[in-house]
Amino acid sequence: MMKKLVILFLSLSVLTSPLARGALEIVITEGIDTARPIAVVPFRWKGVGPAPGDISNVVAADLMRSGKFNPIPAAAMPQMPSTSGEVDYAAWAGMGVEAIVVGTVEEYSVDRYTIKFEVIDVLRGQITGGGSQMLRDGELVASNDHILDARSSVVTSSQFRQYSHRISDVVYEELTGEPGAFMTRIAYVTVNYNDEKPYQLMVADYDGYGERVLLRSNQPLMSPSWSPDGNKLAYVSFENKTAEIFVQDIYTTRRDKVTSFPGINGNPVWSPDGKRLAMVLSKDGNPELYIMTLANQQLQRVTNNRAIDTEPSWTPDGKSLIFTSERGGRPQLYSVNLQSGSVRRLTFEGEQNLGGTVMPSGDQFVLVNRTRGNYHIAKQDYPSGAMQVLTQTSLDESPSLAPNGSMIIYSTTHNGKQVLALVSVDGRFKARLPAREGEVKSPSWSPYLR
Amino acid sequence: MNLNKFLKGLAIALPIVTLAACSSNQQTDSGTGTQDTNQQEQQQDSGVDVGAADRAMSPEEQRQEKYDELRKEHMIYFAFDESRIASEYAELLAAHADYLVKNPSVDVVIEGHADERGTPEYNIALGERRAKAVTEYLRNLGVSSSQLSTVSYGEEKPLVRASNESAYAKNRRAVLVY
Repeated sequence: MMKKLVILFLSLSVLTSPLARGALEIVITEGIDTARPIAVVPFRWKGVGPAPGDISNVVAADLMRSGKFNPIPAAAMPQMPSTSGEVDYAAWAGMGVEAIVVGTVEEYSVDRYTIKFEVIDVLRGQITGGGSQMLRDGELVASNDHILDARSSVVTSSQFRQYSHRISDVVYEELTGEPGAFMTRIAYVTVNYNDEKPYQLMVADYDGYGERVLLRSNQPLMSPSWSPDGNKLAYVSFENKTAEIFVQDIYTTRRDKVTSFPGINGNPVWSPDGKRLAMVLSKDGNPELYIMTLANQQLQRVTNNRAIDTEPSWTPDGKSLIFTSERGGRPQLYSVNLQSGSVRRLTFEGEQNLGGTVMPSGDQFVLVNRTRGNYHIAKQDYPSGAMQVLTQTSLDESPSLAPNGSMIIYSTTHNGKQVLALVSVDGRFKARLPAREGEVKSPSWSPYLR
Repeated sequence: MNLNKFLKGLAIALPIVTLAACSSNQQTDSGTGTQDTNQQEQQQDSGVDVGAADRAMSPEEQRQEKYDELRKEHMIYFAFDESRIASEYAELLAAHADYLVKNPSVDVVIEGHADERGTPEYNIALGERRAKAVTEYLRNLGVSSSQLSTVSYGEEKPLVRASNESAYAKNRRAVLVY
């Protein structure tokens, strides 16, 4: 019961928080119960008047959305420490809280603030009473090994949100051993049929904040893909009544048409080194995979088959592509070695398997599986292994991975509308990002933006 | 029964005989509307009224009228995951082909579309296959390749925005856009 209340409170606080003004909000549908309890104590504002910005709510929301943590609400906290020295370890440990984040905000100069924070291991702190010692140069000194991380930075008020995501990254990495992906963005396409230009290419922070329109069009937009440096998007536009691939700098708005061959110009995907684009062209008869070297626009044909070949995805080493092909009769996933040209089938389960993306670790891939007419996001070991279906939503497609490989964002249909949804790679955490209006699709998670 | 048929036949035959008789009086081989006033005056003088029948359409004209009607329809629908053109569209496509052959300066874009099931990229490929099935069909009916081009919109431009079987059936289509 308590747990349910906590979850309800958290969802409410996320939805009504003054910072929750993104076009995409988040509705967590599954997975809080299995997450680790932690606490992000509201940072102490040491100035006068209202605090210049909220940090702890952003950090708590980040950590909750990772699916790995269940931050307890401020109202349930036994105390409000702002430094490790003030922490009553027994009180937190008694609640089962594993780790806490505490911090302070202080005015440094005009619109510049010093933010200090500490990540504290509650259990270790309880054992040592916060006074652990170690031998250094033959003398016992305080080791403070319960303080996992402690940092201080000066930021402007407009950077508070970004710095909050930075804190989330630090906390996540300290507690999981893996880098966080909170300073990332997503690109996606929205469709509002009532608008004169219904199709919009959007970019927002991974949590939906700071949404920006990169392109509006009266014809469809598809397949946004991030350059590895996070500065550019490749995508498909039908603005000239035919499919063409464009590359757009998201900061300068510079836009270059990359291909305009007869037929399909589709699914551009940047190579890991950022020098090449894998793509689908049908100029030679039917959809085939090609790789374009961006510096000289030279094309290398990768597949040559009478059946449909589409949906290329690079392996992290840049030496192979996995792709969807109908060469076996029905769409299934294959890999092709770019040096030897050897092709191997990867999927065998279910009626169809499409839209494969290799994980950053390179040892698994996510895909869209069709079984008994239902399309779901699944994952499978690479190059071979059993498949695990991760979602139960409807008409799931376009999976895109967070750069740390922890979370998948995908497009699904909810109440008759296309919306974005999240599922953790272990399948335990699920959330929906309903849009206020129109349809949202083709999500693409950015690389790390640091 | 036999009498009935005979009477029907007579009912059709008689007016034709009468009209034939009328026109045979006139010394002109052109159709209605070219008689000179002199003749009309003569006819008025002679106290007769001259009528004209609708000329029966030739089979070619009948076909043209039917084709003009058929060409108002621009859509061909497909089964799930299929790009085969069902036989019910043979006449419709024949009508378009006929028009395109007779009007070699006219170009047509064939759009291919898919329903929302499956991935957007796969549906682009599927939509293209449908559009190409239509162009191939038209080429086989003598339409020049230079008049035909294709674009696949995949699942991006649904005709019916709903997630049910009847919407899907309407969205799996090729559209001829002149």
